Amino acid sequence: MNLLQFFAAHSAEIMRSALEHIRMVGIAMLLATAAGIPLGILATRWRGLRAPVLGISNIIQTIPSLALFGFLLPVPWLADRASRLAITALALYSLLPIVRNTYAGITGVDPAVREVGKGMGMTDRQLLFRVELPLAMSTILAGIRVATVIAVGVATIAAAIGAGGLGEFVFRGVAMVDNQFILAGAIPAALLALAADFSLGLVQKSLQRHN
Amino acid sequence: MTRFPADPMTRSQAWVLCSNALHCMTTPDRNIAIEFLDVTYRTADGRPLISNLNLRVFTGETLVLLGRSGSGKTTTLKLINRLLVCHEGQVIVESKSTAAWDPIRLRRHIGYAIQEVGLFPHITVERNVALVPQLEGWEPGKIQSRVEELLTLVGLSPPEFRHRYPHQLSGGQRQRVGLGRALAADPPILLMDEPFGALDPVTRADIQREFKSLQQRLNKTVVFVTHDVREAMLLGTRIAVLEKGRLQGIYSPAEFLQSNDPVVSEYSGVLRSEMDFLQHLNKVIQ
Repeated sequence: MNLLQFFAAHSAEIMRSALEHIRMVGIAMLLATAAGIPLGILATRWRGLRAPVLGISNIIQTIPSLALFGFLLPVPWLADRASRLAITALALYSLLPIVRNTYAGITGVDPAVREVGKGMGMTDRQLLFRVELPLAMSTILAGIRVATVIAVGVATIAAAIGAGGLGEFVFRGVAMVDNQFILAGAIPAALLALAADFSLGLVQKSLQRHN
Repeated sequence: MTRFPADPMTRSQAWVLCSNALHCMTTPDRNIAIEFLDVTYRTADGRPLISNLNLRVFTGETLVLLGRSGSGKTTTLKLINRLLVCHEGQVIVESKSTAAWDPIRLRRHIGYAIQEVGLFPHITVERNVALVPQLEGWEPGKIQSRVEELLTLVGLSPPEFRHRYPHQLSGGQRQRVGLGRALAADPPILLMDEPFGALDPVTRADIQREFKSLQQRLNKTVVFVTHDVREAMLLGTRIAVLEKGRLQGIYSPAEFLQSNDPVVSEYSGVLRSEMDFLQHLNKVIQ
């Protein structure tokens, strides 16, 4: 049986896994963005927070992904459901690029532009929302883009703790020494990563146009 | 009338202060818009950028702050809208110390235009100009008509320019928009930090002329920072010369040319050599 026939025979199953995969990554990215951007902003506002915020997200990033899933297993509420645990791990893993790029994007705004805003009578809040964040947005989006691509890859490992996703095919294939199973997980995962990279790239480009 | 600095003055400084005092007495209707009282400003490591500055800006005049890089002219400007806070002395704006003003109110009361980077790159010309009225919560219709009025005032046709982004404008057009934005909420005071500094000579001469006639109509109190002595002579009602953080003296353009002060002579020397050069060119042509 060649690969195409294999894909056709398992199409429903692949589709279900891919949707599971997308759901996991999507929710994780929403969480990571919702936490990462405010953390990055806080780090620019209070100098004391800079080192701990960047440091901790850096440390999380250095933990091997499989180990991170393992570390979270004993956590009470999280471990009730495998997908819940996988989403948390992915979100933690995606934090660093988002926090770091938010921080870099805001501190990278030309100090003269910031001073003009201040000189025109903007409050710190207005300066943040009307000047700094819009100007930092393409850098922040670059961070989200990198984080998403990494998360699509890392999410395949979530199958190891039973959270489903395209990783199931990969693990099954490895166990059965069957390349077709491995590819049935790996190819859609790669395509997903490329699609995410491409579409977020388009958004980023449209934001960059005027800066 | 005039406060004398604590440190010894040169003769020309004393003369200028006296003549200013005389001027005030003979024209009692001149109101003081901004006043520096013995102001000293230091950097974080304690180096003074401004030392014992005493300065008055009268309502409706254009006071030019002339000085080299590092003479403290930009620092002086930023002390007025409280982007910087002085360590000694007081800066008084409309008879209230800047320390007593709410900084946000103070800044919206004062137009601010600076060189080149001044416009926000991510929003259109229209939204740049509308910024302060928007912050002040004007209603959209009023903002719209104000933007049109201002763009016309600074010589840009509204339908052509309102939807452009700053990077789609020439340097001169950007400066015009910057000027329009500074005027947006009709502030009585304008601070301008080398606003025409980065322009080519032809555009600069155009915009300087237009600014001068605009100023004669609008009658704003303007504090204008420049290192260009020609610009100072062209635009200034009075010229305050700063040197190493100290006020060297305040001169009317006529006094400026006649001054024997060594620092001022250097500037007027530049003008004279330009004049000589022009005469030389005239001869060559004839």
